[in-house]
Order: sequence, then C-alpha cells, then structure tokens
Amino acid sequence: MPTVTMTVNGKKMSAECENRTLLVQFLREKQGLTGTHVGCDTTQCGACVVHIDGLPVKSCTTLAVQNEGAKIVTIEGLAKDGKLHPMQEMFREHHALQCGFCTPGMVMAAIGIVDRHKGEPTLAEKTVRHELEGNFCRCTGYHNIVKAIMAAFPLMKG
Amino acid sequence: MYDFNYRKATSADDAVKTVTSASEGKFMSGGMTLIPTLKQRLAKPSDVVDLATVPGLAGISVSGKMLVIGAMTRHAVVNGSADVKKAIPALAKLAGLIGDPQVRNRGTIGGSVANSDPAADYPAAVIGLGATIHTNKRTIAADSYFKGIFETALEAGELITKFEFPIPDRAGYMKFPNPASRYAVVGVFVAKTGGTVRVGVTGAGPCAFRVPEMEKALAANFAPAAVEAIKVSPNGLNSDIHASAEYRAHLVTVMAKRAVAEAAG
Ligand SMILES: Cc1cc2nc3c(=O)[nH]c(=O)nc-3n(C[C@H](O)[C@H](O)[C@H](O)COP(=O)(O)OP(=O)(O)OC[C@H]3O[C@@H](n4cnc5c(N)ncnc54)[C@H](O)[C@@H]3O)c2cc1C
Ligand code: FES
Ligand code: FES
Repeated sequence: MPTVTMTVNGKKMSAECENRTLLVQFLREKQGLTGTHVGCDTTQCGACVVHIDGLPVKSCTTLAVQNEGAKIVTIEGLAKDGKLHPMQEMFREHHALQCGFCTPGMVMAAIGIVDRHKGEPTLAEKTVRHELEGNFCRCTGYHNIVKAIMAAFPLMKG
Repeated sequence: MYDFNYRKATSADDAVKTVTSASEGKFMSGGMTLIPTLKQRLAKPSDVVDLATVPGLAGISVSGKMLVIGAMTRHAVVNGSADVKKAIPALAKLAGLIGDPQVRNRGTIGGSVANSDPAADYPAAVIGLGATIHTNKRTIAADSYFKGIFETALEAGELITKFEFPIPDRAGYMKFPNPASRYAVVGVFVAKTGGTVRVGVTGAGPCAFRVPEMEKALAANFAPAAVEAIKVSPNGLNSDIHASAEYRAHLVTVMAKRAVAEAAG
C-alpha cells in the first residue's frame, strides 16, 4: 500500500492507504477528522467540501493518492486560537444551521464564494444562491445560510 | 470501488504507454466522471493514470484567429480566463454553467469531451465552433469526432492533448438545465464567422450534432426570427423522465433562438 503525505490544517500527516481510498476517507478514518461529512457519496450534496490548495473541492470525489503533497484545510482548521472563523461566526449569528449535517461543507463552500468575489465591492445575493448550487441543506431552506454568507463578506474582505 | 494500480504520469508519452500496456488502463483528468463511475462499479480498470502531473497539458493561449485550450484545463479556469472572455465570451460562460463551483474546480475540458456524455455542455461548443481536437497522434475535426452515445472517434489509449477553437465574430450559448444536476436537457451553441454560421446542439440526441437548416437560415439573416419556424425532428432524440423527444425537439428551437439573441446582442 502506498504511503500518502499531505499537509492538513497546517500539520504534515502521513498514512498508508489503498489507491482507491477517497480523500474524505483518508481524513475521517485515517486522521480522525470527522468534521468533514459524507452526505451522498455521489458528488451532489457538498457535505464533504474541503479546500485543496486553496480551492473548495468535494473530498468524496478525489483520491487520497491524487493529493500527495497537497495543502488541505478542513472545517477543523478554520478556528484560530479558540476564535471562530468569521464565516463560522456568521453562521452562528444568523442561525444558518439546524441539524448541522451540511454545515461543514456549507461553510467551506461559503468561504470559497467569498474568496472568489473578494476583489469586488459587493456580493449579490443572486451570486451566493447560484454558487451554492453544489451544497444541499435539508433543514434551513437556505435563507439564513445566504444571510450568513452576505454578512461574512465584509468581515472577510477586511 | 474496486482497487487499481495508480500512476502519476510524467509526460503524455508516459501516460499513453502506461494505459496501452495495462490490461485495462484509464486516463484520469478531473475524476468528476471517472470516480463516480468507479464508485458505482460500472468500470473496473486495472490501472488509473493521473494526467494532472503531465507538464504542458493545461493552459490557455491565443494564437492568431485560434483560441487554444489544453486538455487538462479545468472548467473554473476557462470560466475565469481573461483570454477566453475576450476571444469567445460564450465559451467562458458555458464553462461557468457546468455543475457547481466545486465540480468546476476539478473537471476538465479534455475529460468532458473524451467522455462525450450526451448531456455535457462542451460538446455543443466543440461542434458549434468547429474546433479541432488534438491527440497524441493526430488531429480530429469536430464534425468527425462525435459518434454516438459516449462514443467518439478516439481509439483505445488515445490521449486528447488540446483543442483549437477558431475565434468567431460572435457566438452565444443557451442551455435548458436539468434542475437537479445542471447537465443540459438541451443546450445550443451558435457561432457566426463572416458569412458562415454553425449551430451545435447538445443534450437532445445521443451526441452533439449540427442543424444545417438553421445554419443556412442564420447565414442569410442572423436574427432569432430566422430560426423560429425551424423544427428538428424528434426521431432518434433522447427521451427520459426529464423530457420527451418531442419536448427536446421543441427546446432546440427555443434555445437556438435565445443563443442567437445573445450572440446578436
Ligand atoms: C455533480 C456533477 C455535476 C455535473 N454537471 C455537469 C454539467 O452541468 N455539464 C457538463 O457538461 N458536465 C457536468 N458534469 C461533468 C463534469 O463536467 C466532468 O468534469 C466531465 O464530464 C469529466 O471531466 P473530468 O476532467 O472530470 O474527466 P474524468 O472523470 O477524469 O475522465 C472522464 C473520462 O474521460 C477520459 N479522459 C479524461 N481525460 C482524457 C484525455 N485528456 N484524453 C482522453 N481521454 C480522457 C477518462 O479516461 C474517462 O473515461 C458534472 C459532474 C458532476 C459530478
Ligand atoms: S458526500 Fe461528497 S458531495 Fe455528497
Ligand atoms: S442544517 Fe440540516 S442539512 Fe443543513
């Protein structure tokens, strides 16, 4: 079995895994990082979104071996020194979760949305809704998620 | 998913050699189609060869009247490229309509066109623009590339390296997306270059095709009204729970009209 090494949330992590091991399995089962969820396993729901080299990707649809040497950030890597990331803080503030199952992937995808539009003066609600295309929430009706992202935009722009 | 041997290819030659010498070799670019297929055990390759590590397979450039896009170029990159937006804005737009942002961060133009899903977006542009497909051993004209459902002119172990898109005077792309997957129920790409017009349709049939009658009418009068009365036959078109063949035939005319309006506007 190959040994795969990647930097996860700033820490170098290595583990033996099969070639067919998905990144999400590597994170959850080999590293104990169970914050990244599997909702569908068919690339539709977005519960498994993590950042690979700065870009949001569905970790149920990339192999661990593909990510040798990559820099991965998961939901566990967002809070710094006991302080929530602004996107997490706004999800809390705006009650953007109920059961919380979709939330880790939702937050990672949401940060991706803000990152893509950081250079623009404003973020349109329509853009947020369109770019949440790949993330399903079965509880909230999306409304508060959209509000949270809109509120995080100026905070993350700095 | 069954297990397989995995190799990061070091060059196009290396990738081709590994795939052709394996008992059942498969290229992988974005994995956005291949990995779901493997998960469902619909394929059981002995070897998966990763193209992401091949130097020179990704990238966008303009040379004269040609826009050149490398096979490993991801949808998000095509969507955001200043060169593509300037040369063929409709193509940048098309790339931004594929799936969702996470899928666009991985999926590639080469993987999409190699796969030739009947509902994929890029095939409409490849046909509509009359692109040339470059492989490791030859060039293939768009008109002789798409053969049938998931069937192309590619031979076993043949690797797409890049696409050359002639830059048109104007072009437009409109799709009627499946509300769940965003794949095209019907998508129409229209391009006008001088006195010539091409109309490429995806989603409607087993693979992308042209509509010569619309092309002729648009060459005479490049306006939505020119195609309004032109209907394609539903014979041989796809029919599923999302849309009947008759409805798809209807949508071809509607999407063509809107694509022309976009191109003309
Ligand atoms: C949730 C979801 C939604 C999607 N929605 C859309 C949509 O709306 N519209 C759309 O068009 N597509 C859609 N797709 C498909 C997406 O665009 C894929 O990225 C694309 O079809 C395959 O590209 P890939 O790079 O991921 O290829 P892969 O999955 O890596 O490969 C696909 C096939 O092509 C072969 N291949 C790959 N590269 C080459 C090459 N260079 N030369 C020869 N053969 C090669 C592989 O061996 C494999 O058989 C969606 C996918 C998902 C998961
Ligand atoms: S678990 Fe990955 S998209 Fe649903
Ligand atoms: S909060 Fe329950 S699925 Fe989104």
